[in-house]
Amino acid sequence: MERALVVDGSVGRPRRHVSARWLRDETGVLIGLAIVAVIFGVLIGPQFFRAANLELMARQTVIVCVAALGMTMVIISGGIDLSVGSVVALSTVVTALLLRASVGPAMAALGAVAAGAACGAINGILITQLRVVPFIVTLGTMLLVRGAAKGLADERRIEAPITWLNDLVRTVRDGRGLLLPSAIWIAAALAIAIALTLRYTRFGRHLFAIGSSERTARLCGVRIDWCKFAVYTLSAALAALAGVMEFSKLSVGDPTVAVGLELDVIAAVIIGGGSLLGGRGSVVGTIAGAAIMSVIQIGCSQQGLPNWVQQIVTGTIIVGAVALDRWRTKA
Amino acid sequence: MPPRFEMRGVRKAFGATVALAGVDLQVRDGEVCALVGQNGAGKSTLMAILAGVLRPDAGTLLLDGSPYVPRDPLAARRAGVVMIYQELSLAAHLSVMENVMLGVEPARCGIVQRDRMRETSARALAELGHPDIPPDACVGDLQPSAQQLVEIARALAAGCRVLVFDEPTSSLTQADVRTLFALIGRLKRQGIAIVYISHFIEEVKAVSDRFVVLRDGRNAGEGITADTRAEQIVGMMVGRALDDLYPHTERSAGEPILELEGLNPGAATLTLRRGEVLGIAGLLGAGRTRLLRTIFGLEPVRSGRITIAAYSGPGGPRERWRQGVGMLSEDRTSEGIAAGLSIADNITLSCLGPLGPAFTVLPSRQHAAAARWIERLDIRCADSRQPARELSGGNQQKVAVARLLHHDVDLLMLDEPTRGIDVASKAEIYKLIDELVRVAVSGPERPGARTRRKAVLLVSSYLPELLGVCDRIAVMSRGRLGPPRNVSEWNEHSLLMEASGARAAM
Repeated sequence: MERALVVDGSVGRPRRHVSARWLRDETGVLIGLAIVAVIFGVLIGPQFFRAANLELMARQTVIVCVAALGMTMVIISGGIDLSVGSVVALSTVVTALLLRASVGPAMAALGAVAAGAACGAINGILITQLRVVPFIVTLGTMLLVRGAAKGLADERRIEAPITWLNDLVRTVRDGRGLLLPSAIWIAAALAIAIALTLRYTRFGRHLFAIGSSERTARLCGVRIDWCKFAVYTLSAALAALAGVMEFSKLSVGDPTVAVGLELDVIAAVIIGGGSLLGGRGSVVGTIAGAAIMSVIQIGCSQQGLPNWVQQIVTGTIIVGAVALDRWRTKA
Repeated sequence: MPPRFEMRGVRKAFGATVALAGVDLQVRDGEVCALVGQNGAGKSTLMAILAGVLRPDAGTLLLDGSPYVPRDPLAARRAGVVMIYQELSLAAHLSVMENVMLGVEPARCGIVQRDRMRETSARALAELGHPDIPPDACVGDLQPSAQQLVEIARALAAGCRVLVFDEPTSSLTQADVRTLFALIGRLKRQGIAIVYISHFIEEVKAVSDRFVVLRDGRNAGEGITADTRAEQIVGMMVGRALDDLYPHTERSAGEPILELEGLNPGAATLTLRRGEVLGIAGLLGAGRTRLLRTIFGLEPVRSGRITIAAYSGPGGPRERWRQGVGMLSEDRTSEGIAAGLSIADNITLSCLGPLGPAFTVLPSRQHAAAARWIERLDIRCADSRQPARELSGGNQQKVAVARLLHHDVDLLMLDEPTRGIDVASKAEIYKLIDELVRVAVSGPERPGARTRRKAVLLVSSYLPELLGVCDRIAVMSRGRLGPPRNVSEWNEHSLLMEASGARAAM
C-alpha cells in the first residue's frame, strides 16, 4: 500500500518492472490454472496428467477455445456476442447439408464458415448502423439464427456422409505424425495469429482503444464502425469454425446443439482477465480460462463427482476470478 | 477550548501523483474558514478525507479534541461532518422530506414514520428561514437554490457540527448567493464550524472570517480575511508573478490555414493563419465546444463552408487528422484520453501508421516515440507503458496534447486545455502554445516532419488566459460567434460584456 513516491514535494518516478506490467493481466489466470490442476492432480493421482488425459482435455476445450478467440476480440472492443451458440448450431447444419449435397468436405466447411461470417456481418451492421447496444442485437440474432438453423434442418438432425471432416477432433494414429487432432493445431495457429493481431496491428490497437474509450477513439479518427463490423464478422466466423469442429464430433448437423455455449465462451474470456467494460483481455488469458473450466469438468467427472458439484465450482471460479481482479486492480 | 476540528500533516498520494504533501487545517466552532487554491491544489482531496470518502496516507484528524477516523462517508455524517458538494447529491425522484431524512429515516419496526419525517424536515427548513419549501414536493421540481437548501436542511437534521461547502454558488443566481451568505452567517452563529471552498475571491472576502490557501498539496499561507487584500490572496494561490505565466513572443501571421464562411451551427466566419493564436471566449453553453466539434467533423455541418489549407468541405475526424488538424477535447477523462490505455497508446493512437510496416504497429517504436514526448513535455510517469488513468490531471492533459504534437498537426484546436490542471502544467502548456506558433516544435526530430509554424484555435472560459496567450479573440454568445479582434482591443470587462450579451442589449 505504502508506495514511497514523494521526493521533496515534486512527484517521484516510481520504477516498476516492465515485464511485470506486461504479464500482469495473464499471471493471475495462469496461477489459477496451476492451482486447479494441482488440486485435481492430488485428488486423482498422477494419471490425471497422463498424455492421453491431457489430450482429452485439449479436445474438450478446443471448441469453446476457438469461439472464445473471437469473443476475446469482441469483449476487448467493449462489446458482447450472445449469438455464438446459435452460430455453432447453424454451422453444423450447413456443413451437414452441404456434405449431403455432395459438396467436397473442404468446401462444406468453408460454406459453413461463410454462413457464420454472414450472421456476424448482420450483427455488425445492426450494431453500427442502428446504434442498438450489442447485448440486445446479439440477443435478437441468437434467437434468429437458432430459428434459421432449425428451419434449415427442418427441426431434425441431419445425417451426413462420413468424410475427413469427422476426424478433425480425433487423434488419427496411422503414422501421419500429427500427434494431436488437427482441430487443436488449427486452434493453436489461430490463437497465435489473433494474439499477434491484437498486439502488433493497427486493427488490434484500435480494438483496445474502442473498448477503453470509444469517444477518444472517435476523436482520434479511428474507424469505429468498420472495426466493429470486422470484429463481429470475425467472431461469428470463428464460432462457425467451432461449429465445424462440433459437427466433426457429432458427425450429424444438429440445430439444437450448443445451447448456452456462448456463456461458457464469455466465461472463458472473463476468467482470462477480459473486462465486460472493454479495453482488456488477452488470448493467453482466454485459453487459460477455457482450460480451467475444462480441467474442472474432466477432473470432477473422473473423480466421480456429480455434475452439480462441477457447476458450483465453475460458478465460484467465475465470480472469484472477477472479484480477485477487481481487488488486484484497485490495490 | 480545542478547535472544532483539526487536521495535521495530512498526506495523500494517488499512484504516482501526490495530492497532499502534509497539510494542516483547523477550524473553530462559529467560524467560517475559506479554503482557497487553484484547481489541483488539493482542496477537494483534503475535504474528501475529512468527509470519510478517502483515507489519508498519513496525518492526524481531531474532532472536538478527540481522534476522528471516519471509515466511510456515513460514519463522517454520524460524527457530524457533512459536505455540500458542487453537484448536489440529492435523489431527484424522492420528496423533500425523504431527501432530508435519507439514511436516518425515523422508523418503528422498520416502518417509516412519515409524520415524524415531515415534522423534522419542516423544522429543519424553518430553521434555515425557508418554511416555504413544502416537505412533500418532489426535489427534481425545485429550483437549484431550493435544492441546495434541502441539502443543507439534511445536514442540519443530521445534527452536523462541521459543514463544508464546495463551490456552492456555481449554479446560483446573484440573489440566491446573497441568501446563501446570510444563511451561512446564521449557521455560524449556531456554533457550526464552516469550511467554504471557492475559486472566487470576492465570495471569500464576503463570507469568510479566516482563509487558508493550498498550493500544490501544501499550505501556502493563511490569514484573517478582513485584514488581507484580494491581490495578496491571489498571490499566495499562484505563488509566482502572473506575468511569467503567459509568454508572448513576437509573432507574425503566415498563410491562412483555417477559413470558416458562415459556418452553422455557430454563425462563424473567420480566417486563422499560421503563427497565430485565435481565442474564442464565451460563457458556458454559448456553443464554443460545438463549433470546434463541427469543424472537426464530430458534429454535422448545417450550412456554410470550412476550408482547411487546401481542403474544402466537411469531413470526419479521420479526414481532419489527415488534413493536419488535431483537436483536444474539453472532456479530458472520458474523451481526451482513453484512461485504460497506456501513455504510449494514447499518444500514438491517431497516427499508428509510421510505427511499423503495413498495418502493423511495433510496440518498441511506439514506446520510443512516446518516450520522446514524455521527455519533451516533462510528463511525470513511470514509463510510457503506464496506464493513463494513473497520472494526475495535468499530466493526462499533456498526454492528450502530445498526441497532437506526435501527429504533427498544423492546426491545433484546444478546448479548455487548462481546465482542472495544476498551475505548473498550465504554465507549461502556455509556453508550448507560444513555441508552436513561433517556430516548429523544437522537440524530437522525426523524418519528414513538417517544420512550419502551427496555428492554434483556443477555447477557454478563463479570461486572463485568453488575454495572455492569444493574438486575436472572438466572442461567442448565444450560439453566434462575433468577429475576431486584436487582443489589445479587449479586456476582461469588455469580453464579459460581449459574452453575456450585455453589449447587444445596450
